[in-house]
Amino acid sequence: MNTKKKEPMFHIVKRAALPWYKAWAIRGIALLLSLVVCAFVTMLVTGDDPVAVFRTMFTGAFGTSRKTWVTLKELAILLCISLALTPAFKMRFWNIGGEGQVMMGCLAAAACMVKLGDALPAPVLILVMIIASLGAGMIWAMIPALCKAKWNTNETLFTLMMNYVATQIVAYFIIRWEVPKGSGKIGIINQQSHAGWLPTVFGNKYLLNVLIVLALTIFMYIYLTYTKQGYEIAVVGESERTARYVGIKVEKVIVRTLCLTGAICGLCGLLLVSGSEHTLTTTIAGGQGFTGVMVAWMAKFNPIGMVFTSLLLIFMSRGANEIATVFSLNEAFGDILTGIIIFFLIGSEFFVTYKLSRKKSA
Amino acid sequence: MRKLFALALSAMLAASTLGGMTVSADSADVDFSNMKVGFIFLHDENSTYDLNFMNSAKAAAANLGLSEDQIVMKVNIAEGEQCYETAADLADSGCNIIFADSFGHEDFMIEAAQEFPEVQFCHSTGTRAHTEGLDNYHNAFASIYEGRYLAGVAAGKKLNAMIEEGKITEDQALIGYVGAFTYAEVISGYTSFFLGARSQCPSATMKVTFTGSWYDETAEKEAANKLIQDGCVLISQHADSMGAPTACEAAGVPDVSYNGSTISVGPNSYIISSRIDWTPYYEHAITCAAKGEAIEADWTGTLATESVLLTELNDAVAADGTQDAIDAAKAALEDGSLHVFDVSTFTVTVTDSSNVNATVDENGNLTSYMADVDTDAAYEGDTEVVSDGYFHESEYRSAPYFDLQIDGIELLDTSF
Repeated sequence: MNTKKKEPMFHIVKRAALPWYKAWAIRGIALLLSLVVCAFVTMLVTGDDPVAVFRTMFTGAFGTSRKTWVTLKELAILLCISLALTPAFKMRFWNIGGEGQVMMGCLAAAACMVKLGDALPAPVLILVMIIASLGAGMIWAMIPALCKAKWNTNETLFTLMMNYVATQIVAYFIIRWEVPKGSGKIGIINQQSHAGWLPTVFGNKYLLNVLIVLALTIFMYIYLTYTKQGYEIAVVGESERTARYVGIKVEKVIVRTLCLTGAICGLCGLLLVSGSEHTLTTTIAGGQGFTGVMVAWMAKFNPIGMVFTSLLLIFMSRGANEIATVFSLNEAFGDILTGIIIFFLIGSEFFVTYKLSRKKSA
Repeated sequence: MRKLFALALSAMLAASTLGGMTVSADSADVDFSNMKVGFIFLHDENSTYDLNFMNSAKAAAANLGLSEDQIVMKVNIAEGEQCYETAADLADSGCNIIFADSFGHEDFMIEAAQEFPEVQFCHSTGTRAHTEGLDNYHNAFASIYEGRYLAGVAAGKKLNAMIEEGKITEDQALIGYVGAFTYAEVISGYTSFFLGARSQCPSATMKVTFTGSWYDETAEKEAANKLIQDGCVLISQHADSMGAPTACEAAGVPDVSYNGSTISVGPNSYIISSRIDWTPYYEHAITCAAKGEAIEADWTGTLATESVLLTELNDAVAADGTQDAIDAAKAALEDGSLHVFDVSTFTVTVTDSSNVNATVDENGNLTSYMADVDTDAAYEGDTEVVSDGYFHESEYRSAPYFDLQIDGIELLDTSF
């Protein structure tokens, strides 16, 4: 019998904290590698010049000033949802109900526009809409939060289910408000009067959304990094027991944080309906309540980092749309490229945390 | 002499090219070199609905001799702000005429039309062009109710054959119909189909169910299965997937399809399909734009413009004599001796909750109907559409507005 134990070629060692530039170097290398793989896949599958494909993607996202603004607008919405989810996830509260919370905010804003559009002067109407949207999103997040705090229910399932409930409620009201009869569509709300539309700033209809989310990003960064509440969130996330030991009321923190998450999701609904789409559909959130989770995780819950991760995802999806047009490829091709890049970026985190060391031969 | 010969030769050449092409005569000597055409589609070629539009766009471009860089096709454009952004983007890139194919695109096309007055915006299936007052915004549809009626004739012949063969009794001649929404386009479609069937098989009745989606393969399949279990012996549909045809093939129930032939999934059940060919409209609108002529606010394609077509009849399933019956009905529709919505062929029951805009005589035949032609949020009836003994569908605007519930058709659910 062989008494000598077989040693693996490599073994995995947890790193001591890396200096920030080394960590970012690893991520940068991962990004470059992913682009090489993307180029390789592009050539293999389509025979098209990969450089041309990437150049086309860039044109799709930033080719004209209109394209750039639309990219910024979409970036703002995705970033807004990601910012909303961040405090909850940092607290290890698995809120995958962003989609539903945004949708309830959308519904509240749309309801005000449909029902109060003629009745209230513009500033009052906007104020009512802000309260209604933020409130609706907040309530939708509070329900699972309260149940979690009181009875320790599973928040992942609960928030997920709340998405479906929200979709059905929105579907019901679309049928109620449809124009023309039976069409299952609301169309642009108050297209003539623009009642309840967020105002344009400096003649640009997208700028206000972008500015609001910019302010929100700075607020969230400060809130999470420098405030007592932000610190409490971090402690509860690390260990509930530690939090209790140091005298943090965990239930209170959970409910308060989810209030904030829900309200920002509601705000996002307002920006969507009143600021950009001006209509209500069951797909208005477009799955971004889930994408936002990825944005937040990839940036390690750093709001500034989230600007870049959300930009990457929006850039890829806008670029994919352009690829579909120019190369007559299916849009799914863009998803494939996005998948490759995300795979490498998430994989790079492994190498930031651990290192492989080769066993020296004896 | 030589000059004359050259002239004669070029005239002959011109004549022969004209004869060989399907282009309408008015596009023959038009310069299309400055034209750039944008198309906006809701889905991609995986949807039968969008595929039908995409094929028409390609055919129109080929017939008019447009080069590849003169057409831009945008697929998967949602019925939201994305539609406006795409239309504006196409206008930015130099398109002089832009088409959109889905009903929900309309409001967003209007937004773009207001911003780019020098660009023509053409929207298929929309309802608002005639009231919007924009010179550069246009709607188009086709008298597809005539195609549905003719497809219904094929269905009626099939029911008669089944009765003769003793497979069903006269009372069992029950048709099932899978609809999308309780929208006028759908109601007009199933009613004209039913009237076509009943013109052949007087004992026919129909059950209609709605899926609440224009494209939901699973829901359409389930709906068809449920109708078959409820005793329907023939199925038709107004929804864009292969759901209902697949269910029919599995259950061995004959199916009258829509948007195009579905014989690939239903060789033993598919009878015939009606569809709109958008090529004539695309050619017409692009030609008008190239010549700088105004495009109609509403354009309705007909059997005569070859906008309304029937796909090939599947002789393996269709009853004998079906083609003759269709040809006879088609000729009568074209010469005006037959009207699909002839008020003497159907009765209407007016109650407090249904058919409120209708007036009927003592026999239940329609004498007056105020249709919601000018779309508004209150669904107010604004136009009298019954005269000369028939309901004038698609005449006061291109999109259908027949939304009556006639006797003999049972709606199983109306939540959508």
